[in-house]
Amino acid sequence: MSTATLTPDRPRTLADHPAPSLLQLVRVELRKSYDTRAGRWLLIVIGLAVLAVVALSLFVEDAPKTFADHFGFTQLPISILLPVLGILLVTSEWSQRTAMTTFTLVPRRSRVLVAKVLAATVLAVLGVAVAALAAVVATGLTPVFSDSERDWGISAALVGQVLVVQVVTVLAGVAFGMLLLSSPLAIVLYFVLPTVFTILVSLVAALDWVRDWLDLSTTSMPLFEDGLDAQGWLQFGTSAALWVLLPMVLGWLRILRTEVA
Amino acid sequence: MITIEHLTKAYGGQLAVADVSFSCPPGTVTGFLGPNGAGKSTTMRALVGLAEPTSGTATVGGRRYRDLPNAGRSVGVLLDAGAQHGGRTGREVLTLASRVLGVDRRRVDEALERVGLAGRPAGKRVGQYSLGMRQRLGLATALLGDPQVLVLDEPANGLDPEGIFWMRGLLRDFADRGGTVLLSSHLLHEVEAVADQLVVISGGRIVAQGSKSELLAGTGGTLVRGPDRALLAKALEVAGIGVSAGPDDALVADAEALAVGQAVAAAGVVLTELRAAGGAGLEDLFRSLTGSSHEVQEVQA
Repeated sequence: MSTATLTPDRPRTLADHPAPSLLQLVRVELRKSYDTRAGRWLLIVIGLAVLAVVALSLFVEDAPKTFADHFGFTQLPISILLPVLGILLVTSEWSQRTAMTTFTLVPRRSRVLVAKVLAATVLAVLGVAVAALAAVVATGLTPVFSDSERDWGISAALVGQVLVVQVVTVLAGVAFGMLLLSSPLAIVLYFVLPTVFTILVSLVAALDWVRDWLDLSTTSMPLFEDGLDAQGWLQFGTSAALWVLLPMVLGWLRILRTEVA
Repeated sequence: MITIEHLTKAYGGQLAVADVSFSCPPGTVTGFLGPNGAGKSTTMRALVGLAEPTSGTATVGGRRYRDLPNAGRSVGVLLDAGAQHGGRTGREVLTLASRVLGVDRRRVDEALERVGLAGRPAGKRVGQYSLGMRQRLGLATALLGDPQVLVLDEPANGLDPEGIFWMRGLLRDFADRGGTVLLSSHLLHEVEAVADQLVVISGGRIVAQGSKSELLAGTGGTLVRGPDRALLAKALEVAGIGVSAGPDDALVADAEALAVGQAVAAAGVVLTELRAAGGAGLEDLFRSLTGSSHEVQEVQA
């Protein structure tokens, strides 16, 4: 060591500061989902859509009116709109070019991606909770607006299944965002691609097995009803692997390798 | 503190940066100069882990940037002031960064104060910021973690002359307290006032590096001016000192100020000015080294 390295006011080594914890990073990612105008409006629209569904199911006379029914209905707007928030969680870093700051602050990119996946999971769980709350209100009001009685019955299995489906749905959005790194492209393909796939495999009889095992919208349907069997889970799992796991793995590798500029 | 060794970055077959080596010691400001597209930004992106070098290494304090546990607490980085979410307020941008860094919330206000964005500007959306304000916000983000090293790419872009003067003072002060600063520019005059050493890059290769005085010594010469230019030139020629035309009616003598003064005094000629040719000499050097005076003069859009 030369004398110069001992000069006290000119440190040659860097002070060691602890790395940000995963919890810290998840909270930052959650904050990013609502601290912009786009994010906040998307959340407001989701909230309004849930209220609209509640109103609809109350006033439509033939609609079933148990808590389990309301709980199922209110999931619908969440499952359609919340994945967009998942997409934006990833793609806005590229469209707004904040990835530069994000990855200079946390150069281990996988940590940021893990935080994004966890944040999306939290959002999905919160979404289910909000829908459940709306279902409580709807069930409470049921005797006021219809002849039906209040029926609070719901099985834990159903709640669990719905949670799984919503988490997987939001993560599908995250996966599409990771793979495409562009908000408009990811949003359009997220909606168009599975729909085209569903239509295609439903039209051709020979592709029935593809529909039953690889079409996520077909295989996730039974999860909104009580008592999914082992084969149902397996079919849901294989289609989730195609629509969530595969794009996420490819996107993950892309983000790790890509140059951020 | 910053060490770049044999750094090479190729895109396809195209070399963006070729065998670049230099280091930035603590307590100094290093000016990283070169025309647009010379490889400055690529070098800096490789330094902070945004780009993977094809070969060679870049380290900060002996460690690769990616191996720094909390990078923002050690190295403040501003590579592109435009890379900020237009929908967030200036304060929100800093708040997010402060959460990642794990620094106190009060630091956000201090940083806003320090870069002159406190008050109303802090609550405005970044989308409504001028480029100069974005540069200030970027600098605030870089300073937020109280780092020992600053890496800034074209930080003077979009700043008005007052802003550039302010930033020079801030960087000088940062280095004087032991910090290490690497700042790039395609305009020589932006960095020469604050830099201790200069690294000049052109076409992806380092074409000159050294302390400012070292780089000046080789080519600068001495500027002399007097009421009678012809008499002055003759006196210098008699003393065996080479003379070339300087700016306006001045001459640039190829010798130290002392030798020029002695030669002129011996001939009994009157002087009105005698000084190192300074900036102009460095400017010429910069132009000759980078080989494209037009590009150097060009202001980035």
